[in-house]
This record gives sequence, C-alpha cells and structure tokens, in this order.
Amino acid sequence: MRRARAEILSTRRLGAYQSITLVAPEVAERARPGQFLAVQMPEGREFLLRRHFAVHQASRRGGWAGTLEFVVDPSGQGTAWLGGMRAHEFLDVIGPLGKGFAFPKRLTNCLLVAEGHGAASLYFLAQELLARHKRVDMVIGAETLERVFKPIEGKRLSQTIEIVTTDGSLGDRGSIMDALPEMAERSRAQVLYAAASPSTLERIAAFCIERHLPAQVALEERMGCGFGLCFTCVVPVARKDGSGYDNLRSCVDGPVFNPARVLWDRWRSDAPTMLPTPPEGLPVVRSWPG
Amino acid sequence: MAGVRRTLAVDLAGWVLPTPVMIASGCAGTGRELAGLTDTRRVGAIVTRSITLHPRKGDPAPRIAESPSGVVWATGMQNPGVERFLQDELPRFARAGTALMVSITGGSLEEFVRLSSLLQNRPEVAAIEVRLSEPDDEMGRPVLGAHQDRAAEIVGAVARMSLIPVFAKLPSATGDVVELARAAVRAGAHGLTVVDSPAAMGVDAGSLKPSLGPVTGWLSGPALLPITLRAVFEVARAMPEVPVLAVGGVRSARAAVELLMAGAWAVQVGTTTLIDPAAPVEIARGIAAYLKDKRIPSPGDLRGRLRTPASLSTEALP
Repeated sequence: MRRARAEILSTRRLGAYQSITLVAPEVAERARPGQFLAVQMPEGREFLLRRHFAVHQASRRGGWAGTLEFVVDPSGQGTAWLGGMRAHEFLDVIGPLGKGFAFPKRLTNCLLVAEGHGAASLYFLAQELLARHKRVDMVIGAETLERVFKPIEGKRLSQTIEIVTTDGSLGDRGSIMDALPEMAERSRAQVLYAAASPSTLERIAAFCIERHLPAQVALEERMGCGFGLCFTCVVPVARKDGSGYDNLRSCVDGPVFNPARVLWDRWRSDAPTMLPTPPEGLPVVRSWPG
Repeated sequence: MAGVRRTLAVDLAGWVLPTPVMIASGCAGTGRELAGLTDTRRVGAIVTRSITLHPRKGDPAPRIAESPSGVVWATGMQNPGVERFLQDELPRFARAGTALMVSITGGSLEEFVRLSSLLQNRPEVAAIEVRLSEPDDEMGRPVLGAHQDRAAEIVGAVARMSLIPVFAKLPSATGDVVELARAAVRAGAHGLTVVDSPAAMGVDAGSLKPSLGPVTGWLSGPALLPITLRAVFEVARAMPEVPVLAVGGVRSARAAVELLMAGAWAVQVGTTTLIDPAAPVEIARGIAAYLKDKRIPSPGDLRGRLRTPASLSTEALP
C-alpha cells in the first residue's frame, strides 16, 4: 500500500461512466485484480470521506507502464466532482488496498459475472486469467445500454459472452440471473467470479452453493477510511470451522470474499438486532479450492 | 525571544507527550494499519478503539454515512474483548512506538472495574480513557455517564485502583458539562476528554431507509468544532489545573491552535485521520509553525492567550 499524489493522465466518458487514468507507478506495480483505491476529496466541501474504486487496469510494462485506471459512476456527491476532473490535475490516492481475487491453480474454466461498472475489476481479472491460460466466459448486465461497461472489451477478453439489460437496449432483455444458469452450463464453468450489487450477489451465492461451484465475489460495503482504521465496512463472514462468525472489515479482509461464507441474511439486515445462530448451525466451508 | 527553547512537548500534569496531537479513539485500527501511512513515532499518543470486557460483534452495516462537514457512524463498539486485545493488539501498538491510552467502556460498574484492573501493570499502557456514552445496563438509562453521580461512581472506581492516569471522556448528552467535569475530577479523574460525539442519525430519502444499519449513531468530524470549543473553554475556565484533551472537529492545525487557546492541553484527531492518516503529524507540524510565527515557546503557553471580555472572568456563561 502506498500513498501517492498522482497526476491524471487522461479521463474519458464511457457510457454513463467516467474512466480516469492516473500516473502512479508505485501503486500500479503492486495492484492486483479485485483491489481498490481510496481517492481523497477536495478541501472545503461538505463531504469529507475518501471515495473507493476498484482498479480497472494497472500497467506494469509497455507504453502505459506505471499507469492505473479506475471507473467512476459520476452520479453522487464526490464522484461527480471526480468526473469533472481534467487531465494534468492531481489526486491524492492510497492503494492498492484490500485482498484481490485468487487465481485457480488447477481448474481452468472461469465464468465472470458483472453488473454495471463491476465489470471494471473483472476485465482486469480476465487479463490475468488469460495470461495463466484459463478459459474465460462472461455474463455482464446493467439496466440500460449506457450502463453496460465496455461491452466490446468484454467480447475481446472472453471465449463467449452473454450481455443482458433490464430494458433490452443491448443484448437480451432480462437480468444476470436469467442468463447465468444456461451460461454456467454452456461454458462448463468450474470457477465463478462476480462483482455486483449485494442483492444480485446474494442470488449468485445461492446459485453457486446449489451447484457446488467455487466462487469469489467482490462486495461493496460503505467505507469510512478504506485501510482498516474505523471498523465501519464490516461484512458478517462464517468462520471456517463453523464455530460462529466474525464481522470482517471489507477493506482489509475483503473486498473479495467466498460467497458461501458470507452470511447474507445478516449483512445489511433490516432486523435491528443480531440474528441468533440458525438451527442448522453456521456453514462449514473449506477455503478456496482452485 | 532569542535563546528561548521552543518545544512541541506538553506535560499533562505528569504525563509528558512529544506533541499535543493524539489520534482519537476508534481511528487507529488494531495497531498495524497506520504503518506505512504515517510515522506513528511522531504522533503524540494513540487512543485505542473502546475495549469492553467481553468481545463485541458490533452493529450491522452500513455503519457510516456522510453528513454536511461530518460523518454519522455507529460501530456498536466492535472489539475482540480485553483479553484478546491485551494478547494481540497491545503488543502491536507498543511496537509502533507511540504512547498508548486505552479506551474502555461498558454498561456496568463491574465491567469498568475489571477492565481497569486488567490494564494495570502493563507497561505498554500509559493512560486509560473511560468512555461513558454507552447505555447503562444497571440503571436502565440510555447514556451511562450523563448523570453526574453515576459518572462519578464509575470514574471514581476506575481511578481509585489505577496506577496510571485516568481520563474521563465526557458524554455530550449532558445538561451542564462543567458540573459533569467537576464530578469526574472530584471522583479522581486525572484529566478529561472533552467531549464525546453527540448522538445523531441519517436518513436516505432515495431508499426510504435510515442511513445506518442500527438506525441511530454518533456525529463526528469538522462540524463539531464549535461545540468542542465551547465545552473545552467552559471546563478549562472552571478547572484550569486539570488537563483537558479536546476531541471533535480537529481538521487542521488552525482548529488545533484554536482549541489550545480555548484551554485544551492537547487535541485528539479522529475523523480526519480516516481521510488523511498523516494528519496527526501534519497538524503537529502546523502548530509548531504557528508557535514559531507568534514567538510562543510551547503549546502549553497558548492556554490563557484567548482574549475574552473582562466581564467573563466573574460571570457565568449561559
């Protein structure tokens, strides 16, 4: 993890999103797929906290060596400010943060499932998987055409790809969950990676558990700092031995988790108090098998 | 002023810190996260997150939301319990080389007494901060320390058995901060941390839900500075001999200097550390620059520099 005052090399509009490329060699060198950056907001505004973005691209070699790309949905306070930043301005960035995706050693067929700009970190993952001679297939979805992140890049990186939108403006009309079973079958998926909203991830988790499909998902929980100081971004995760669960910080113990170990009904639960241990006990889940 | 030795060190009635800038409770992680982001040796002292007798899992997420110039948060005091803390986290903090004040909290007198006893004879612990804003399990009240007698009982029990300085962190849910401060000091508190986060809440109109999982929480951040200034000023004026640590709204060296002038002996930086982990060191540097510019020898000499109307010396403020 490094803190850098990084110059914006370029910034460009991609549908509903803004993609920002930074010059930050010491961060780019260490970044792995699934890890994220904490970007400081300007002084003198009423919003304070750093904003957190998954790394979309980290170039270590070639003409783009030392650069780092992340994707912003400029619809909120702070992200709108970031979306308006120009090339050659500077950002205070801490990264790479968190634990990224693990690569399978043995298994070869990887299915990548992304919703909206969750695809940003999965395309980075796809490159690394391809470099390890894995087969990559994808399901990407969003509400509308503008919110499908770089569909052409997705096609380039995958053996086969299924694109779905809620309004049918690109690909099939429907949701990720409609396309997932058939795609998992057709691509003979052995491993699943996902980055999506909590409700979609919960359904993907149920799908993977039912099929005994090993999986890793990148979660989004609201963060205070992003580097482990404040204990606000917690996710309830079952212990490996089934002896209970812990509220783990998604910034240092995540944001990538094994979905079979995440206690989805406890996470962001509407119930104000903690749920009791379920009668069937907490799940016993082996670690990442690949 | 030539020949006067300038120093950033402060003497909190016997506990000497290299700088008057501490990291506030709940903003220093578990002792390993700050390494690499700031030079912890140059932080005046670190206050740990609040430790309870038994492990606490804490509140459900989301636990933090932004508000104008602040954050609303609720962790439910997640911590591994005092035993695991002493075993795992305390040695890590000690290795970081910063003076350590351990924050303790609980809902009953017994919890505080047992916590205090477990922290004695640990050379890594320089001081204890007693957080009094938890619900009172024995008396069935929402804030344990809001009542003077109860605050005095708890602080007194901890202070009587403690060989190290005990600071009482005053809850902000109190009618008269000065009376509460007096009660804590009379009970034996070595010093005071003024003042704990006020209770707060956030609502998300978009999703028709409260912003926080546990619905209500606490407010922190620069929005608090005027509240802290007033509380510090009042307490320091009533008891100028008692070390007062200002907490709430220390975003910059300027805010720190203002609080030192108002009567604080040192300041604690909380929310700002989450945004800029180097801030506690930078703020100390900024204080040094201010002192040099104004030709003031030490941060302690800022106390009493505030020029208040003469009428204030006798009359009480509303």
